[in-house]
Amino acid sequence: MTVASSSPPTRLPLDGGAKEAERRPRRPLGDGALAALFVAPAMIGFAVFLLWPTLRGIWLSFTRFNLLTPPEWIGLANYERMINDPIFWGSLKVTVEYVFINIGVQTVAALAIAVLLQRLTQSSLLRAVVLTPYLMSNVVAGIVWLWMLDTQLGIGNEIIAAVGIDRIPFLADETWAIPTIAMINVWRHVGYTALLLFAGLQAIPNDMYEAARVDGASEWRMFTRITMPLLRPVLAVVLIMTVIGSFQVFDTVAVTTAGGPANATNVLQYYIYGSAFGRFQFGYASAMSVALLVVLSVITVVQYRITRAGQTDLG
Amino acid sequence: MRFRTLAALAGALTLTLTGCAGGDPGGSSSRTVTYWLWDANQLPAYEACAKDFEKQNPDLDVQFTQLGWEDYWTKLTAGFISGTQPDVFTNHIQKFGQFAELKVLEPLDDLGIEDTDYQPGLASNWVAQDGHRYGAPKDWDTVSLFYNKKMVDDAGLSADDLGDLEWNPRDGGSFEKTIAHLTVDKNGRRGDEKGFDKNNVKVYGLATNGAGDGDGQTQWSPFTGSAGWSYTDKKRWGKEYRYDDKTFQSVIAWYFGLAKKGYLAPFTDWNSGLNQSNAQFAAGRAATAFDGAWMISTYAGFKGIDFGTARNPVGPTGKRATMMNGLADSVTKGARNKAGAKKWVAYLASDACQETVGKYGIVFPATPSGTDAAVAAYKKKGIDVSSFTTPVDDRKAYRTFSFPITDYAADVYALMHPAMQDVFGNGASPSRLDETNDQINLLLDQ
Repeated sequence: MTVASSSPPTRLPLDGGAKEAERRPRRPLGDGALAALFVAPAMIGFAVFLLWPTLRGIWLSFTRFNLLTPPEWIGLANYERMINDPIFWGSLKVTVEYVFINIGVQTVAALAIAVLLQRLTQSSLLRAVVLTPYLMSNVVAGIVWLWMLDTQLGIGNEIIAAVGIDRIPFLADETWAIPTIAMINVWRHVGYTALLLFAGLQAIPNDMYEAARVDGASEWRMFTRITMPLLRPVLAVVLIMTVIGSFQVFDTVAVTTAGGPANATNVLQYYIYGSAFGRFQFGYASAMSVALLVVLSVITVVQYRITRAGQTDLG
Repeated sequence: MRFRTLAALAGALTLTLTGCAGGDPGGSSSRTVTYWLWDANQLPAYEACAKDFEKQNPDLDVQFTQLGWEDYWTKLTAGFISGTQPDVFTNHIQKFGQFAELKVLEPLDDLGIEDTDYQPGLASNWVAQDGHRYGAPKDWDTVSLFYNKKMVDDAGLSADDLGDLEWNPRDGGSFEKTIAHLTVDKNGRRGDEKGFDKNNVKVYGLATNGAGDGDGQTQWSPFTGSAGWSYTDKKRWGKEYRYDDKTFQSVIAWYFGLAKKGYLAPFTDWNSGLNQSNAQFAAGRAATAFDGAWMISTYAGFKGIDFGTARNPVGPTGKRATMMNGLADSVTKGARNKAGAKKWVAYLASDACQETVGKYGIVFPATPSGTDAAVAAYKKKGIDVSSFTTPVDDRKAYRTFSFPITDYAADVYALMHPAMQDVFGNGASPSRLDETNDQINLLLDQ
């Protein structure tokens, strides 16, 4: 995430403005030039690390390229292959399934946690505790959950077996694997998402709740009539960001299931990675990356429009 | 509004992209030869070799890097791309085809490697289709049946019983009967007893090592091999895979069918990272496990478990079978110190080094004298390795075969890995492999 901030240029007179002007006869930089100066580092970074790789990636998607020999232009062949590749469509399907479960559960849970944090407690310790899973690296979280959920050796299944229920192959069965990975990532990200929403809630003026309470509104009514409408822009931005992140799930899959069983968790990013670094098909991998970029762009614009993320009902 | 939409798009773009970091230059000088290997068990043995080598070549210094199997190949690939590859690395036949294709290996024709200096077949596997040699044989391994002595005793069986099994894809023969007998459910009933509960098995007769991808090395290959099936139309660099073969598919159906009967641990019990067959064996969850010779010291290290190894069962061809695989040392094309690297590889492939390695008793070196040293070292540790060495010594009773060596090996893996999991994990019919086989052969046809 990039946060661009600007502040009005200020001049700090060191020892008298007039004196300084005498010493420096040239005109000070205009606002535009100064702004450009401030923006330049970010723009250069954007161009070098984002814009150029993206453009190059798009170009590579029209080539056959194994990274070790020069790319060879093959036109739309990679895209043709993609359209006819059942594994690609399967990957897209499991990715969408993952995003639905992950974002659905995560957003509802995060919203609940955020509201509870705001309405019930002032404890900053509790706020910190909610965030702790986020402090763990994705890979570590994945491995820990993999151990805990292992069908035979995992403590989770030991408990399930002790209760008398059949062991559940959480990460080894095609029906369970995607929901399990989605839930592992909910566990890790829900606190962070809750914190973002909590920040949004803090911006809602308290007098609205007071007025509603005077009018005899219930807690639920205040939630639906005050909290939700006023939180909408924040919620929308959070959704856009988490959906983008969710579509790019990779590390948890890589350490828990490696795309299996069969292709049940072969999410798009994992398939792209395997094509590029396992099979050295960088051209095809680039084409699929471009497809992912297009999908995400469309989803982002649609989300942005539907949720009117740029407007607020406040004030 | 338009600007904001654009900003949101830019955000999407930003988050879509991933970066990668460069590697370290490795700090090599003209004296240094960098050497990578994945097996931590073997590190001390090769370090001992390096010591002797450095004594003979005071101008050279071998620098070791040991990485776990998965990281090893990822880092090696990244190294080839970024130019931070080692001078010399331990190579696996499964990866050889791809590396040869990508032209990242240095020819080793001038090392004077002779087929006859090594155990049969080991040296010739490392000659690519262009006729050049890209690897110097380092070691070899076969697959055999590890068994838990106590469990076998408790079942009223002997070591001889386990070494004299035969099987066929129709009823599984005495092999299936034996592993059924070794299977125990939670009520203490054996797999061949009435009332056996296949859904609540406490000890499986046979541990699972997953679906086996396209090679089935420690899974189904002892069976497909002794049924007479071969991976491809030619011994090396074939153009056609045979996963559509009816014999192959009938063996696969029988083998994975053992899991449905409750004798073989199911696919869901397996995890490539933490729950391979040796872990199931160590946890007392399985009475036997097919595993490779490179795992002998791992099994020997399991506390409280006394193990034995048995020869693979005799198949429909009247022979026993095992894959015989061999690793090699390869020099990279981008090696900074090519002359030093080749010297080191020549030494690694020599009797002197292989005997040193053999004395550690952790792996079978490729030269006959190295192998003898290893057998003696295992014996000293009280481990009988004859079921691993017999395939090499007794060609009449045993058929040995190599990993499939073809072009597009990475693609074959990428296609077969999920396809076999689909058969084992999801119960798909083995005839579905026809389609996968067509896709593979289409690639090889290009």
